[in-house]
Amino acid sequence: MTLLGICIGILAVVSLISLGSGLKLAVGSQFGVSSTELITVQASGGNFGPPGSEVINPLTKEHLEEIKKLSSVKMAIGRKIETGKLEFNNKVVFGYASNIPDGEDRDFIYSQLEAKPIAGRLLRDGEIGKVFLGYNFYVDKVGLERAVVPGNTVTIQDRDFEVVGILEKKGSFIYDNLVYMNEDDLQSLFDYGDDLDYIDVLPTDKDNMERTKEDIEKLLRRLRDVDVGSEDFTVSTPEASMAQVNSMLNAIQAFVIIIASISIFVGAIGIINTMETSVLERKKEIGIMKAIGAKNSQIFMQFFVESGFLGLIGGGIGVILGITLGYVGIMGINNFMGSDVQPTINFILIFFALLGSFAIGAIAGIIPAMRAAKQNPVEALRG
Amino acid sequence: MEKKGEDKKIDYEKTIIHLHNVTKHYEMGDNVVKAVDGISIDIQRGDFVAVMGPSGSGKSTSMNLIGSLDMPTHGHIFLDGEDISLLNESELAQIRGKNIGFIFQQFNLIPTLTVKENVVLPMTLQGISEYEREEKAEKILRRLELADRMDHYPNQISGGQQQRVAIARALANDPEVILADEPTGNLDTKTGLKVMDFLTELNKEGRTIVLVTHSPELAKQYAHTVYWLKDGKIERITKERKNAFEKVGKWKGD
Repeated sequence: MTLLGICIGILAVVSLISLGSGLKLAVGSQFGVSSTELITVQASGGNFGPPGSEVINPLTKEHLEEIKKLSSVKMAIGRKIETGKLEFNNKVVFGYASNIPDGEDRDFIYSQLEAKPIAGRLLRDGEIGKVFLGYNFYVDKVGLERAVVPGNTVTIQDRDFEVVGILEKKGSFIYDNLVYMNEDDLQSLFDYGDDLDYIDVLPTDKDNMERTKEDIEKLLRRLRDVDVGSEDFTVSTPEASMAQVNSMLNAIQAFVIIIASISIFVGAIGIINTMETSVLERKKEIGIMKAIGAKNSQIFMQFFVESGFLGLIGGGIGVILGITLGYVGIMGINNFMGSDVQPTINFILIFFALLGSFAIGAIAGIIPAMRAAKQNPVEALRG
Repeated sequence: MEKKGEDKKIDYEKTIIHLHNVTKHYEMGDNVVKAVDGISIDIQRGDFVAVMGPSGSGKSTSMNLIGSLDMPTHGHIFLDGEDISLLNESELAQIRGKNIGFIFQQFNLIPTLTVKENVVLPMTLQGISEYEREEKAEKILRRLELADRMDHYPNQISGGQQQRVAIARALANDPEVILADEPTGNLDTKTGLKVMDFLTELNKEGRTIVLVTHSPELAKQYAHTVYWLKDGKIERITKERKNAFEKVGKWKGD
């Protein structure tokens, strides 16, 4: 029981830290794909789902054109993601389709994505009736029960499209499941008019994103007729988004650390208890030791070190379990998010976790050890 | 050396342990029990001393005081010339460890250690090197005819063998004094006598033996000097087997 507390505590700390950094990496990789250079503008109030789902007051092409005119904006591209029905191999799945514009906008998107095909090719200018797909279509992870390869025909919203290529794996839940089609196709399928789901903005000065962000905010406030503080849109810099995620992760970390601390505390109390009992049970032994010449300090040391080892064992088990949990957790996250984070073993973490558990055990044992050392030999020998 | 309040001069060349007017109280609830009351004991180097008395006479308490396991309530105890009440616990433990070997009625071996480990233990406490202490332990155990039991545990050997292990352990640091508290109490007669014979052998080597016993026969048969205790006081001191006791010089180790 006593080992359990320290064990759980260390387990929590170790798995937490490995999970935590793994999670950050995974989430980061989701963001990473959408690059660290872009500012994203969205309308507020959307539902859970891709950006722009069911917002009351969507962004429009007019907003896009005005944003493009800002001096601190180098480039801006309107993005649309629609939910639709895709049929293939006599199966139907629902998924997301994203617009691919023409010209330099398209080049920009490809470069931001670092888009490379793993099979076939990507869309070129003006290619109507063709699509390229995210990686998961290629490895049958979208529920079609057959891999889609270049040359196949898929039916989207009851219209046939030829698959010209598959995008390489991005490790992102979003990008690996997307259908990419020409803007005009998307418009004719879904008829969204001038609406946009989000606008990606490349600032002229990437070291001064704040300025660009403020400019866009001022502009949109004017265009949408809202006051400062009651904006119905968001302009996010990549740091801000990451920061948001980070603060959420940090909150989770803090919570787990509290749990871990409580458990370690309980474990330490458990060790104190075990040691007290041990000292009592070995009273006679202590008396014998003293009779054969053991100094108080030697007796103290014996119990002190034993106590430390109790902590170490608990911690050792905790480390092993924690690493396992961390591994399993990261695998789970990879599965869930489509990310591809490699679990690593942080040896420094392990070292300190073990050192810490020995220390906690030893400190917990100080009072019982002192009590052991102070025993009167005659009384101790009486048992 | 200056010793206050003494009636006679103590020669610390000859006297290894001296209890001077020692009283030990115990509190049992509201009562104060005087386990020993104003006793003075002189243990001469090389002597074989018996402290004899019925149960409740204070002989075990005397043993604890002689062995510096306990401190007197009044009076002074001198061990090899030093007043043990002036020593701190660590110094006392060292003196005990180096100069005194204990043998108890209940053997008091450490049950989780093997025979050999039990004998090695006192040497480990004194910081003796591993090689030296292993060698010494084997040597002593061979002398006590326990060579084939070295890796056994106390619960795997007989009472007589356990006591021999205890003797071996007591000899580990080559102490000048052996204190034996009713060493034959848990043994059959034959084995008990073997133990007593061995103590005599040790005494002939020059070691000082202090025996606590309730048996007058044992005391008279083996000891040279007998302190007869009753109700915490010394009734009389007798000398037995005068011819056997000659050695007075400082005992030298193996």
